[in-house]
Amino acid sequence: MGYSADEMMAIFAMQGFAGISLFSVLLLMALGLAIIFGQMGVINMAHGEFMAVGAYTTYMLSVLSEEFFPGFIQYYFVFAIIASFIIAGILGFLAEFALIRHLYKRPLDTLLATWGLSLIMQQVFRSVFGAREVSPTLPDWLLGSYQPTDMIDIPLNGLFVLALTFFVTLGVFLLMFKSRWGLRVRATTQNRVMSSAVGINTKMVDRLTFALGCGIAGIAGAAFTTIASTGPTTGSLYIVDTFMVVVFGGAASLFGTIASAFSIAQAQSILEFFISGSMAKVITLLTIVIILMMRPEGLFSIKVRK
Amino acid sequence: MNFVMERFLGGKNGAIGIAILAALIFLVLPLVLDLFRLNLVGKYLTYAFVAVSLVLLWGYGGVLSLGQGVFFGLGGYCMAMFLKLEASDPESTKIQSTPGIPDFMDWNQLTALPWFWEPFHSFSFTVLAVLLVPMIFAIIIGYSMFKRRVGGVYFAIITQAIALILTVLIVGQQGYTGGINGITDLRTLNGWDIREDSAKYILYFVNAVLLFGVIFLGRYILTSKFGRLLLAMRDKEDRVRFSGYDVSNFKIFIFAVSAMISAIGGAMFTLQVGFMSPSFVGIVPSIEMVIFAAVGGRMSLIGVVYGTLLVNFGKTIFSETFPELWLFLMGGLFIAVVLYFPNGLAGIWEKHGKKLVNCIKRMQCYSATKSLIASMRTKFGAAKQS
Repeated sequence: MGYSADEMMAIFAMQGFAGISLFSVLLLMALGLAIIFGQMGVINMAHGEFMAVGAYTTYMLSVLSEEFFPGFIQYYFVFAIIASFIIAGILGFLAEFALIRHLYKRPLDTLLATWGLSLIMQQVFRSVFGAREVSPTLPDWLLGSYQPTDMIDIPLNGLFVLALTFFVTLGVFLLMFKSRWGLRVRATTQNRVMSSAVGINTKMVDRLTFALGCGIAGIAGAAFTTIASTGPTTGSLYIVDTFMVVVFGGAASLFGTIASAFSIAQAQSILEFFISGSMAKVITLLTIVIILMMRPEGLFSIKVRK
Repeated sequence: MNFVMERFLGGKNGAIGIAILAALIFLVLPLVLDLFRLNLVGKYLTYAFVAVSLVLLWGYGGVLSLGQGVFFGLGGYCMAMFLKLEASDPESTKIQSTPGIPDFMDWNQLTALPWFWEPFHSFSFTVLAVLLVPMIFAIIIGYSMFKRRVGGVYFAIITQAIALILTVLIVGQQGYTGGINGITDLRTLNGWDIREDSAKYILYFVNAVLLFGVIFLGRYILTSKFGRLLLAMRDKEDRVRFSGYDVSNFKIFIFAVSAMISAIGGAMFTLQVGFMSPSFVGIVPSIEMVIFAAVGGRMSLIGVVYGTLLVNFGKTIFSETFPELWLFLMGGLFIAVVLYFPNGLAGIWEKHGKKLVNCIKRMQCYSATKSLIASMRTKFGAAKQS
């Protein structure tokens, strides 16, 4: 391939940045999933649909503000992020209450039940918003790009999503490791019976953790709208990748999740430039599967007493 | 005779169950349905192979594979490659720029047959490949996972990823695999036209006979000592390991057998439907096949056949008349089966059907129906309260 050194640098910088947008969405998705999986050992197949809830919430707010408050269009996105978090969180809370809590002893069945939930949610999206993909009107400050040199062109929406991901991750870190509530969550993860004996309401901890995980998926959905359009099956396209991120990073390890989201997203988007997108995906996933076969516990794992 | 009765038919009750199913598949359905619908039933019955394989693997082995579509697809693709080569002899493909290779290769500017297509000129190789390729693939996956004690949810996720990888690979490598359209336009099997009406009847019955063969094989495995160990392993894996058994080898074996059974289904699918495409390999078909098994009853070799037929009839009827409703129903089915009927149709039959049969015999329907209603009420009521 005849690329000069300068061009190679530019390719790496731009593809690397494209990878960072993918990384942000994957990480936001995986954070929620990892919290839920690490805490309860529950696999939430409907996680992608909770992301879509966030994306559709953002779309709805965009349409509403265009229709009724045109002046508001510059600011609605901030509210959309918060609304996505709250709505997806409430739905997650209800799902845990109605469905998941009956199945804690049967993790494989949870997988099937949440798959059923995801089918229902997809059909709801299709009935309400139509089968076509939609995207919200982005405020002006998210459009355009930043050009440090002639060859490198970095889109602003990617930078915004990256910043958002950073703050959400920081927030999750503080919540899990520096707050009383996080202490209870970690205690429940390590020893459920003991935690319950010292007065932690483990059922409530489970429910709130599930809601928090779904809420973060909602934020992922809001972030997702800035880089791609949303359809009823958008969530299911990302679900396997997200699972791979969580498993590859090592369940319940925040740092592992970040590292694995980064390496998967980067590998995929840099490979995509040189070979076709489908082969890039095949090679990335295959590598992860092979690494997982050799090291089933993932990159980083913490010892948990079962 | 006694041996056959106990080990293959599953005692007197099992024999009656098999006789009823055989009567349905061999007599009632062919007599009642027209050829189009019968062909459809034949297609559903190929999924029943996968459902039977899941009874062995998931119901008894406790290992949930979300990648059974991979094996179904591998079997189907092996058969499709043979049929495609037969359909694309130099005579009928002479308008192509390279005659003698399948049409989709020609469209993708391939000028020679890829090496892995070559052996599929031979029918005996193809039959072996249908059985062995998925089995070897399963042994490789099983070996690397079970030897490291990866199980449960992790295994499910990784098999799902493998299903995704294979689909993306097939779709991406159009020139070698036919891409998203799959391998289509299959005509003859060793010179025998599989699209004729008589061939469709014959294939339906061959398929049904093979399905019963697989059910007998499953019953044989489950009634052997190995079957007992499988069940013990599902419930308390550590105890079996500490008793001196190598648990991982058993799991690899049952995974390989289930892969082979699924592959037979895939090959029969290709023969009856006349094409194979990646849409029968990926995540969605794989997980749908799990629901066939779950609805029928994950512990019942006979029940899953009914489950497969029922869900597929439902799918055909609803997606023809109310396409909007189908996904709601399917989703609801997943949830309801898991929450309320973990043993599926077979479980309901075990619990209430037998009572009903007895009461019909004694004409005491009233009390049996009342107990059925009462038990359903407590079940739903309890689920709501807890």
